[in-house]
Amino acid sequence: MAVAVSILPEQQLAVLNDAYRKAVARKRLRAIGATALFLAALTVAAIGAEVNLKTFITYFGNFVSYFDRIFTLEDHTRVWSNFGEWFWGWQKWLKLLGETILISYVGTLTGAVLAFALNFFAAENTSPAPWLRFVVRRALEFARTVPGIVFALIFVIAFGLGPMAGVLAIAIHSTGALGKLFSEIVENADMKPVEGVRSTGASWISCMRFAVLPQVTAGYASYALLRFEINVREASVMGFVGAGGIGQELVVAIRKFYYSDVSAILVTIIVTVFLIDIGTGWLRARLFGKDARA
Amino acid sequence: MNQLPAPNTEQLRTRYPDVFNRPVSARLATSAMILGALGILIFGLVDLDFSASRFLAGLNQLGWITMLMIPPDPGSSLPAYMVALGETLSIALLGTTIAAFFALPVSLLAARNIVPSNFFRFPVRRFLDSIRGVDTLIWALVWINVVGLGPFAGVLAIAVADFGAFGKLFSEAIEAADQKQVEGIRASGGSALHEIRFGLLPQVLPVIAGQVLYFIESNTRSATIIGIVGAGGIGLQLAEQIRVLEWQKVSFLILMILVAVAAIDWISSKLRFAIIGRRAVA
Repeated sequence: MAVAVSILPEQQLAVLNDAYRKAVARKRLRAIGATALFLAALTVAAIGAEVNLKTFITYFGNFVSYFDRIFTLEDHTRVWSNFGEWFWGWQKWLKLLGETILISYVGTLTGAVLAFALNFFAAENTSPAPWLRFVVRRALEFARTVPGIVFALIFVIAFGLGPMAGVLAIAIHSTGALGKLFSEIVENADMKPVEGVRSTGASWISCMRFAVLPQVTAGYASYALLRFEINVREASVMGFVGAGGIGQELVVAIRKFYYSDVSAILVTIIVTVFLIDIGTGWLRARLFGKDARA
Repeated sequence: MNQLPAPNTEQLRTRYPDVFNRPVSARLATSAMILGALGILIFGLVDLDFSASRFLAGLNQLGWITMLMIPPDPGSSLPAYMVALGETLSIALLGTTIAAFFALPVSLLAARNIVPSNFFRFPVRRFLDSIRGVDTLIWALVWINVVGLGPFAGVLAIAVADFGAFGKLFSEAIEAADQKQVEGIRASGGSALHEIRFGLLPQVLPVIAGQVLYFIESNTRSATIIGIVGAGGIGLQLAEQIRVLEWQKVSFLILMILVAVAAIDWISSKLRFAIIGRRAVA
């Protein structure tokens, strides 16, 4: 099947070609400019961060062999040849791992409840007063910008060493993160039910309870579950500053070069994080699969 | 005004049995879930040694600490803090860029539409998942063992941790790309590499650039904390000042972090809009 492709006359073509070349050249120039700027920023950053390629190349072998070392037992055999020896401290570690999960559970739940209490004041469409919205938003921003572990450092001094500081740090950080997400869900909610409820003479609280809440609970629960996943990771390092959980054991193992312990604890953490990811994924699908499809 | 007819409750009941008579299992499920959640919460509170007296004493302490933090005052160490902040920003920028650079080729291997074979894709995915399962702080500790204390260890820690995250995100972006353009390249006689270069990358790059910018933003936060384990930057100063209870300096450092993060947020959201907005217009 032959299709005739019409070719423009030479003159017209030249104009079009010219315009095309010009457009492409401008785009390229801009791309080159941006790249140059970016490379300059990188160079400055490399000097600022004391990047030393020589050290890196000299020691990169160490990094690779580090993994060799952490997977070797003291009798120079591979760790998986002797599971009993590799996971010699499993009872202690499992207990600490349970503590880690509990820290993130209690922290996430407390954070979610606080975020729930605050988010209606932070959302554009439901906040009763602009000044209140401003205050609540700034407070949430503060809670989520300061990293959880910084809160933990301060709380360890105020509340003493132990998991309590970790729980409170995670709770505050989760309040900030979830408060923002929750209020965004509320801002996306349909306002017609609210008008309907308000037209019956209901108070602000009734409006929230009967018009907004039924629309947003599924979204809340979904975000809270996601946050729980993130918090398990976060709780696994809270022990670095003395705020409970398995991090304490890990930091001791890394600093004192108990190589096979490092890999054993890391493997337990990774497996736990996997399991929790899968578990919450399953739970989310079970709870909201129907709504998501509808 | 029209009078509404009185609602016929009986008729409504027969017409919508689900609304008036929810099955017992559905009603029980909700309360059972709430009870279960509360049960674990209480168990957790007991197991983690929560006590009202400790909590109140701690709050009291915290109140004192907050009082001591005001007003924020860097003392004479402002120049050192500015250098540390610059170090933190450098760590974030450099770490994220290195991660993105190495993650792009690997993410191609993890994308379903590039490597259809499950057999090859599965190990790559699991490998990326394992890297992501380990927190940045842990990577920082490992790198400190390898290249010594200092910001360079921080750069490498962020690079490795983000490598896992980017690998996953990029491969998802690639999987979401439109296949028609790739088919077009193939139809005009392009090789597999041409397909990736001209069919896939133009679609994927803006998405990737947006994600990288977002990560630079969030890594500014991560970079502030890896200093706590000794990997340079402002976190090192912060942890030291907290340990020696110099609360005015602590609050000043926290303020510096907040301002820096806000500034980076602002810049990167402008840039992201510029990159993605231009695409939308073109």
